[in-house]
Amino acid sequence: MSSAPLLSVSDLRVGFATEDGIVQAVDGVSFDLRPGEVLAIVGESGSGKSVTAQTIIGLTRANNARIEGAVTLDGKDLTSASDAEMRKLRGDRVAMIFQDPMTSFNPVYRIGDQIVEAIRTHRPDTSKGAGKARVVELFEAVGIPNAAGRVDDYPHEFSGGMRQRAMIAMALALEPEVLIADEPTTALDVTIQAQILDLLEELNREHNLATILITHDLGVVAEVADRVLVMYAGKVVEEGTLDEIFYDPQHPYTWGLLGSLTRIDRPRPHRLPQIAGSPPSLLDLPEGCPFRPRCPHEFSKCSEYPGLEARSEAPDHRDRCWLNPEQKREKRQVEGQIGLEAPSGANKA
Amino acid sequence: MPTEPSAERGPWSLALRRFLRNRLAVAFLALFFLIVVFVLAAPLWANHVADTGPNQEHTVDKVTVNGEEKDVVTPEGKPIGPQWFGAGGKFFLGADSRLGRDEMVRLMYGGRTSLQIGITAALIATIIAVVLALLAGYFRGWVDGLIARTLDVIWSLPVFLIGLSLGIALAVGGLKLGPLEVSSGSIWNPIFVISVFTVPYIARPIRGQVLALSEKEFVEAAIAQGASPLRVMFGEILPNLASTIIVFFTLMIANSMLFEAGLSFLGAGVQPPNSSWGTMITVGVELLNIQPLLAIVPGLMIMLTVLSLNIVGDALRDALDPRGKARLDAALQFEAHAGASGAVGGSAI
Amino acid sequence: MVRFVVRRLLAMIGVLFAVSVIVFVVFMVLPKQNPAQTLAGKNATPVLVKSIEEEWGFNDSLVVQYGTMMKKIFTGELTSYKPRIPVDEQIKEGIPATFSLTIGAAIIWLFFGLLLGYLSAIRAGGWLDRILTGVSIAGISIPVFLLAPVLLYFLTYKYEIFPNAQYVDFTEDPWEWARHLILPWFTLALLSIGFYSRVLRSNMLDVMNEDYVRTARAKGLSERQVMTRHVLRNSLIPVITLFGLDFGATIAGTAIITEVLYSLDGVGLYAAEAVRKFELPPIMGVAIYGAFFVVFVNALVDIAYAYLDPRVRLGESSSE
Repeated sequence: MSSAPLLSVSDLRVGFATEDGIVQAVDGVSFDLRPGEVLAIVGESGSGKSVTAQTIIGLTRANNARIEGAVTLDGKDLTSASDAEMRKLRGDRVAMIFQDPMTSFNPVYRIGDQIVEAIRTHRPDTSKGAGKARVVELFEAVGIPNAAGRVDDYPHEFSGGMRQRAMIAMALALEPEVLIADEPTTALDVTIQAQILDLLEELNREHNLATILITHDLGVVAEVADRVLVMYAGKVVEEGTLDEIFYDPQHPYTWGLLGSLTRIDRPRPHRLPQIAGSPPSLLDLPEGCPFRPRCPHEFSKCSEYPGLEARSEAPDHRDRCWLNPEQKREKRQVEGQIGLEAPSGANKA
Repeated sequence: MPTEPSAERGPWSLALRRFLRNRLAVAFLALFFLIVVFVLAAPLWANHVADTGPNQEHTVDKVTVNGEEKDVVTPEGKPIGPQWFGAGGKFFLGADSRLGRDEMVRLMYGGRTSLQIGITAALIATIIAVVLALLAGYFRGWVDGLIARTLDVIWSLPVFLIGLSLGIALAVGGLKLGPLEVSSGSIWNPIFVISVFTVPYIARPIRGQVLALSEKEFVEAAIAQGASPLRVMFGEILPNLASTIIVFFTLMIANSMLFEAGLSFLGAGVQPPNSSWGTMITVGVELLNIQPLLAIVPGLMIMLTVLSLNIVGDALRDALDPRGKARLDAALQFEAHAGASGAVGGSAI
Repeated sequence: MVRFVVRRLLAMIGVLFAVSVIVFVVFMVLPKQNPAQTLAGKNATPVLVKSIEEEWGFNDSLVVQYGTMMKKIFTGELTSYKPRIPVDEQIKEGIPATFSLTIGAAIIWLFFGLLLGYLSAIRAGGWLDRILTGVSIAGISIPVFLLAPVLLYFLTYKYEIFPNAQYVDFTEDPWEWARHLILPWFTLALLSIGFYSRVLRSNMLDVMNEDYVRTARAKGLSERQVMTRHVLRNSLIPVITLFGLDFGATIAGTAIITEVLYSLDGVGLYAAEAVRKFELPPIMGVAIYGAFFVVFVNALVDIAYAYLDPRVRLGESSSE
């Protein structure tokens, strides 16, 4: 992996004007993506992870959206690029796949035709025949059996897993430099999930395809990610390498996410641990640390908004929690493993 | 929209408050009630103001207007125009034709007939439709097959045309359906015709809802407790259909009134000596160039009544189930337009 | 696809049979009195009634009666009684006027309805959308028999802009043909323009929120391509079904009243005249032919829908 970042997001802010006020979906997010790297963005719904991803390729541009900050692809600034320029790179240099393969293809057109449409949008000189041949190639690359026969099928004739593979095939059609996968496995069966993740990992390895993987499931992250970004209420609350996040997590929210994973190698807990409370409404954020209302370890300093800093030894492992590393090491141990204990007095159901 | 949780208020009072907030709907509801009062006042007006009945002819009579004596019907056959209060309220809207009947009195009595038929037909159709839908959706199997097939056949007929045929056949010959016998001039004939063709509009969507509801747990629970089919259908499922039924009933009154007007206009609905707004238009159209009011006023009354019912029905739907709006909207639009009411030009919105 | 068409046409035959039985029941079985009396009309002489009885065989079983009725209708033996003219000849004479009216109006309402619906949807919430919604609601609420007399009085009598009444055949004089049809076209179309524009608008707004539209944008398609290839294509499919059903209903319904109000010599006017004279055979004929036409159009609509939406074709049910 070379060290110059391919994609660079710097202090991105995205706000939407609604009837009830301005919803700041993304509030100061920064990260770099290097060629061939797999970056996982983790968070609950409403954390801003999808909006961040969609903003990178300009899908959130609208009259009621205010976008600030910078997104740079290979040196070129995307936030100020024209709509026409954004359209040119969508699908071509940066490809995106979405959560629900069931509804992501137009049901009235054949899948092959929809992929050829993507190809011909960016390479208008491609003949339909050449396009179809490419689709067969792609189907084989993503592991769809009987590729030639399935090119002319309609979306509802594919199973869920096959449809997601087809989506991935479509994303790869123009050999993009970056692949953004927004919850690619959430709508799929667990066994199919594993297959899709394997596929993504293989593609990353063999084609040096930089990937941003968005998910709420840390189990998925553990399979494929190099680096991890944890988001909460539109902000990054922790970032680091896979090992750093899993073995030395610094933020209580991350502990909560890790603690709620069910693991085969540990004894079954009495109750599935949850993080108490629910994500805050973005219209009504608390002062200081956004996680404070749900955090059992909060103390007086938490009323001051924590900056994103490297508090442990690793220089690229940053977090937004005022506790010092020793306190963190101690507090994150719950019943022998990493987790988040319930705040005292909170309901334990 | 942020709302306070209102655990104390039942869904009906919540719906009522939502409805009352819709000022347009409240205004039109008031208009509808005014129209009802208007037609109910027919005998009062006839006896105390106009001093004549709806079918009393005054071909050779004279009336005193502001001291002057005028022919009710000129020797050329032209009926007198609106006198307003010039003759103390007699011939308020003028005379209706060569027969010299009091147009205002006829308008009120005719309105009675129109409303009677509209409301009764809608009521009968709704009751039958709900029973059929419950039976079909609950028992399924061959019961559903039979009912659904029959409804489909009626639904695919050119409703107005067949209704016209039935209307005229009954007008000539009366009705004999097993023990049910109706003489040829009765208003039960048009009520019968309209009800028969209105049933599928209501039954089809409600059957869909019953099918969906009967899969829900509370129905299974009731059956497990030993509830008889009758209890389940009328005790568990029916209450959940209440809002749909109310909305449909309101809109079907409008539908039925339009259907009746169309039938009566052509002579296959209300028969003399009875009259309705529809029959009045027939008479009025013949004298259009001489006295346009005679055709336009009854038409206007129909329009105002139908419009009020449509707006109120629309508002009821919003008030009772704001989330389900899209689904019900599509169903109602589709069903209501492509049929009898659409045939005479107007539709439940 | 072929299998679907075959299945659908077979089903259509089933429905046609059911329709003919219904017409039979309506005219012969339901009325209280002797069907011959019904057929003969209101002021029929006993001689007429007797001859009808014999002709139609009302002493035979119901099944035979049904057979006789069908035979009479389709072999052109069905006649009205005063005067004695074969029904199907009259119907044929009325077809040009009826079709001119309905097809012309349909073209107008489709064009404007869909155009306005499209504009409302892409500028949803804007001032254009709100004006169009208001116009639509007004259009839907005005019944034919209010609109027509108003238009007739003001535009043909008071200010003689348009000719009053009568149908002029296209082959005689195309210009007059159109001039005489403008008001009727407008009357029929106004009601539906509002409705269709709202339906298209609502469909488009739903489709624009679909995931596959987002995918299309993510692929790099231009807005215009997204709108035409994905949004419109999917939004128009339900409109086509609606139109098919609506057209059938209009021909067999609203058109009748419109023809009466504007004195256009079409099938509808013929039927209405028969109603006025209490003559049943013409109505029976029109009912059967009309019903067959509508059922046929419905079958065509289903086939067109299956062609456009592959989910229906291959056995998967889409709604309900």
